[in-house]
Amino acid sequence: MCLGIPCKVVSKGGDFAEVDFGGVKRQVSLLFCPEAEVGDYVLVHVGFAIQRLEEEDALQTLRLLQELGEQYLELEEGGA
Amino acid sequence: MNWKREEPEAARALVKEIARLVEGPLRLMEVCGTHTVSIFRAGIRAMMPPGLELISGPGCPVCVTPTGEIDRAVELARRPEVVLLTFGDLMRVPGSRGSLAQARAEGADVRVILSPLDAVAVAEGEPRKKVVFFAVGFETTSPAIAWAVKEARRRGLENFYLLPCQRLIPPAIRALLSAGRTGVDGFILPGHVSVIIGRAPYLFIAREFGLPGVITGFEPLDILEGILMLLRQKKEGRAAIEIQYRRAVKEEGNPLALGLMEEVFRPADARWRGLGSIPSSGLLLRDGFSEMDAVQAFDLPYEEVKDPPGCLCGEILQGLKRPPDCPLFGRGCTPEAPIGPCMVSSEGTCAAYYKYGGISA
Ligand code: SF4
Repeated sequence: MCLGIPCKVVSKGGDFAEVDFGGVKRQVSLLFCPEAEVGDYVLVHVGFAIQRLEEEDALQTLRLLQELGEQYLELEEGGA
Repeated sequence: MNWKREEPEAARALVKEIARLVEGPLRLMEVCGTHTVSIFRAGIRAMMPPGLELISGPGCPVCVTPTGEIDRAVELARRPEVVLLTFGDLMRVPGSRGSLAQARAEGADVRVILSPLDAVAVAEGEPRKKVVFFAVGFETTSPAIAWAVKEARRRGLENFYLLPCQRLIPPAIRALLSAGRTGVDGFILPGHVSVIIGRAPYLFIAREFGLPGVITGFEPLDILEGILMLLRQKKEGRAAIEIQYRRAVKEEGNPLALGLMEEVFRPADARWRGLGSIPSSGLLLRDGFSEMDAVQAFDLPYEEVKDPPGCLCGEILQGLKRPPDCPLFGRGCTPEAPIGPCMVSSEGTCAAYYKYGGISA
């Protein structure tokens, strides 16, 4: 449940940003991470960016976390 | 686990170094359920040299939620005026009078949300209903839950309530160590909890209990590196709290997230499945927000409930037993028909053993 998924910020407006998560666009809050700019990678947890990451590092962790993320989302939807 | 092209070699090097440093029997505990899943998926337990045992601790918010809390949520959900919001993994956790999924099948309005952002939106969209967010999570999630509370206030929503069931990790580690039964030699500390809280809250592990801890990331190589860092400390006779997961974890954590969490919540004693009541390990709404507390607003008494007969979740969450020690494991208790929460949650130790089974621990 403490999964954080690295996502790229594609646009920014106020407290919110649109991020790209494996091709899917999502709205996330930048309240805890206001310094994130378009093009940055942020660690996203339950709709909130909780940390800005260096791009290289984000790409490194992206794959495993995406895999886990999909499994997690499947389960959540399975419960829905 | 699909290792990346260049990784198996790096992993082999790390494993070799780990094997070289292991001197006697050693038990390392991973506290976080996301680590448990990564360790199983990557087959890391099987790579460990003889003598080095990885054990899973109480690291999944779903698994540590006691039956009495599930019962409270189910009871609330059954009231006709209530919409109950929950994260998905909690739906199927059995309470003593059924699960939230069963309540919904019987007509209760239970909805799965992916984010506290959705919780506020539902309350705004259903002004004639009382919308209750059954909030579980560790420090990673609590800042976002705090946002929902503050935002509901800002929008003037009078129909938004929180059933607060969040837990804090450092007090649980302290309780495990104080009980003195687990025989742990070091901790693989949770990466994403630490993104929020930073390094300082773990210092007591080294200072008071003389044990090392490494805040570790979730890639297989991160985990191997975290283990190696623990072994180096052992070898050098040191006990410190170090950060392996540097790319995400800052020394001070995330001050903005911590600040909001502290503005909305105060620490309070809380019950954990398997661990009992732990001082200052839960969060309650501060006075300025307490009218949103569902326990007070709906006058919900707490009833202590025993774990299902035969279920060893309590011992498993303390690292005292392994899932195969449970007589129900795979026989009566499976992910499709779970008896205990460790089998329900995707990050539960029993579910991980079941899914990636056959790997000896
Ligand atoms: S196998 Fe099932 S019954 Fe046994 S400890 Fe795990 S969750 Fe509980």
